[in-house]
Amino acid sequence: MSAKNTHICDVLVVGAGLAAERSAVEAAEAGLNVIILSLVPPRRSHSTAAQGGMQASLGNAAMAKGDNPQIHFEDTVKGSDWGCDQEVAKMFCETVPSMIRQLDYWGVPWNRVTAGKKKMPSGIEVEDTKDKEGLITARDFGGVAKWRCCYTSDGTGHTVQFVVDTVVCKLGIPVHDRMEAIALIHDGETCYGVVARCLRTGDLNVYLAKSTVIATGGAGRIYAASTNAVINEGTGAAIALNTGLVPLGNMEAVQFHPTGMPPVFILMTEGARGDGGYLLDKNLHRFMPDYEPKKKELASRDVVSRRMIQHIRAGYGVESKYAPQHLWLDIRHLGRQWVWTNLREIATIAGNFNGLDPAKDLVPVIPTQHYTMGGVRTNKDGYAYGLKGLFAIGEAACWDLHGFNRLGGNSLAETVTGGYIVGKQIVKYTLGATQDFNYKLVEDFVKKEEERIKNLISGKNGKEDVFEIRNAMQQTMMDHVHIFRTGPSLEQGVAKLQELYKRSLKIGLRSSGQGANPELAQALRMPGMVRTALCVAYGALTRTESRGSHFREDYPKRDDANWLNRTLAYWKEGADLPTLDYEPVACPYMPPGDRGYGEASAGPKKGK
Amino acid sequence: MGRQLTFSIFRYNPNIPGEEPRMQEYKLEEYEGMTLFVALNDIREKLDPTLMFDFVCRAAICGSCAMMINGTPGLACKTMTRTLPSRITLMPLPVFKLVGDLSVDTGTWFRNLQVKTESWIHTSKKFDPEALEVRMENKTAEAIYEPERCIECGCCVASCITANIRDDFLGATGINRVGRFLIDPRDERTDAEYFEVVGNEEGAFGCVGLMACDDNCPIDLPLQMQLAFVRRKMAQAGLKLDLKRMKIS
Repeated sequence: MSAKNTHICDVLVVGAGLAAERSAVEAAEAGLNVIILSLVPPRRSHSTAAQGGMQASLGNAAMAKGDNPQIHFEDTVKGSDWGCDQEVAKMFCETVPSMIRQLDYWGVPWNRVTAGKKKMPSGIEVEDTKDKEGLITARDFGGVAKWRCCYTSDGTGHTVQFVVDTVVCKLGIPVHDRMEAIALIHDGETCYGVVARCLRTGDLNVYLAKSTVIATGGAGRIYAASTNAVINEGTGAAIALNTGLVPLGNMEAVQFHPTGMPPVFILMTEGARGDGGYLLDKNLHRFMPDYEPKKKELASRDVVSRRMIQHIRAGYGVESKYAPQHLWLDIRHLGRQWVWTNLREIATIAGNFNGLDPAKDLVPVIPTQHYTMGGVRTNKDGYAYGLKGLFAIGEAACWDLHGFNRLGGNSLAETVTGGYIVGKQIVKYTLGATQDFNYKLVEDFVKKEEERIKNLISGKNGKEDVFEIRNAMQQTMMDHVHIFRTGPSLEQGVAKLQELYKRSLKIGLRSSGQGANPELAQALRMPGMVRTALCVAYGALTRTESRGSHFREDYPKRDDANWLNRTLAYWKEGADLPTLDYEPVACPYMPPGDRGYGEASAGPKKGK
Repeated sequence: MGRQLTFSIFRYNPNIPGEEPRMQEYKLEEYEGMTLFVALNDIREKLDPTLMFDFVCRAAICGSCAMMINGTPGLACKTMTRTLPSRITLMPLPVFKLVGDLSVDTGTWFRNLQVKTESWIHTSKKFDPEALEVRMENKTAEAIYEPERCIECGCCVASCITANIRDDFLGATGINRVGRFLIDPRDERTDAEYFEVVGNEEGAFGCVGLMACDDNCPIDLPLQMQLAFVRRKMAQAGLKLDLKRMKIS
């Protein structure tokens, strides 16, 4: 076996979600030859699962009056717990309004302002004025000062992805779906493309490009319970890490969404609370105002998730057939009309999976892994650290818009905005680059992958079962690297993961591995997944402070004197732990201060 | 103790030389809340790691996992085993090219559909990043969202007698997609231009009216209404066309 096909292009985009496609559009419109490769067809990407909306300070809705990029910026920095790159956040907040309007121009059916006085389902009275009628409206979301989340019902990711994909179709950008990048080709300085395995035939393919863009989404599936799609295994970030040269930034910053629905852990949008929904405990008491009197259910996600677990630990969790311990989401008071128009997707999901109708039933919820703030570390132009010709965008990247906690509605907004901003940089770099590669180097990378495949099939290195290792890794992350973290537990978690990592190098297939064999696909990913998990766990163990979603019970305070920095995790050849390095986080526009919600502002124990 | 479930699953991997299509049986014990997503992954992990199938979101919003479930197309991820008899037959969707076992290539089919129907906004306007968005009534936005919800799972295509006979039929999903652009004020195509795309046997007039598409749509799109709407629009457009310019096939 050798590489079946070699494809040569200017720009290779790995991934076909929103960040990927938006950057591909930018490159194709500049006349560059672009290929998108993806595990699945673009319209199946996890971007389509985004529900609530996109944050952009259009200021059209009554409750958005006076909004501007500066207020959006401040909300984002507070949300990040001062962990984000403020230059990136500023550029993002200034650009996103025009992105929303461009999506509208391309065909997204954004919900619009209707003029008149109205009592919102949440009980708030607002008056939308005639001069704003027909402009794009917005809903409330967590951790924001203004209503800024632009939406199409609660299927925003779906409509935005479908519309951006229409532009990809119109421009004729080729998409090679069911094609998985399994290694980056590089010479220690420059990235030349990828070795990919076809998920239709099992054949290896080579893609050579002046610019390679990693846009493969998050790594939620290193946890057993995640709202993420099952394809979100962090494969793109892992192949970057595997080079030993490219670091992953802030991997310990993992977002847990307050409202995953057990037992399937599918997301119930933050829009449910944005539109006025409550969280209730076993006594049907609305507990969030006890902990967070100002923001209530709409503090940032890290804060709401911790308050929920805190409340469950205090004995107020619900025990039911859905989960051993959970809480309730109550949107019954929003009314049937509102629920089945503006929260229709989650109403359908609650019906499909638990037989519940949220217009009349309470929905079980529990904080669930949701978003990977960390990823391939890039500079503010999207250039990956460590290799020339390599870029990263979207959830796969650590750009770093989100710091230690991402605001709801900022990720979908980041996909297209990052795709656009970094897309322009990709164009600039690619136009100045020459197609240059050493075929011996390429063949060596192909041979290395062939060798891995051969050894997995023959069982040369061992007979470890890939599914057993994956399940054990996922459970370890649940047990030791979750919402509340402590030193001793993290140490145990790291030790378990190191053991699993060693075993992952000894996987042998049970099956023949022929064709597009799914066991082989999983086995090829497994060592990279455990390395990624170790970057999360070891980064969490080492960071002895609490910031955003990273909460250490043994170090419960943010420590700006020692930890106002970003973690860079490298994987050196032959290592069984990442090498950690740190770089300072600058705060040129907004010095560290009070978030206005959370334990530092509202106090640790106000619940009853 | 749960029921003993017997899964009879279509097996064929076209990339293994000499392999013949066949049905293979697997047995699992049912438990509370079991979906076909859970069951198929259990089979892969515990009984047969070669079994091919597609899941992405496992929340019935991405459209990846459509298959024939006891003879009817549906999304495997949201199908509870308790709604099925203890013998469950799973086959890949017809019409689409087989990748292997339960996995079919819907991606290529749908991409071809978008290109063929030019399913993107046709406008002569240039995007002005400095300008406000063009105003639209919220009602119009909601009306566009309704057909835009299609997840392109292929259940309507697999259900459709015309699509099973004619390769070039757009299917209910295609006609629904065109209907979505027909009502979008941002799209400047004329009815006559739409007629070129969908006013023929490949489109609105190829439907023979059995409406299994409407019955089997997993997200309850009003496909019957959409078909009727596009057909009516195209019939009106057809009457206004200059017949001399038309090819009669």
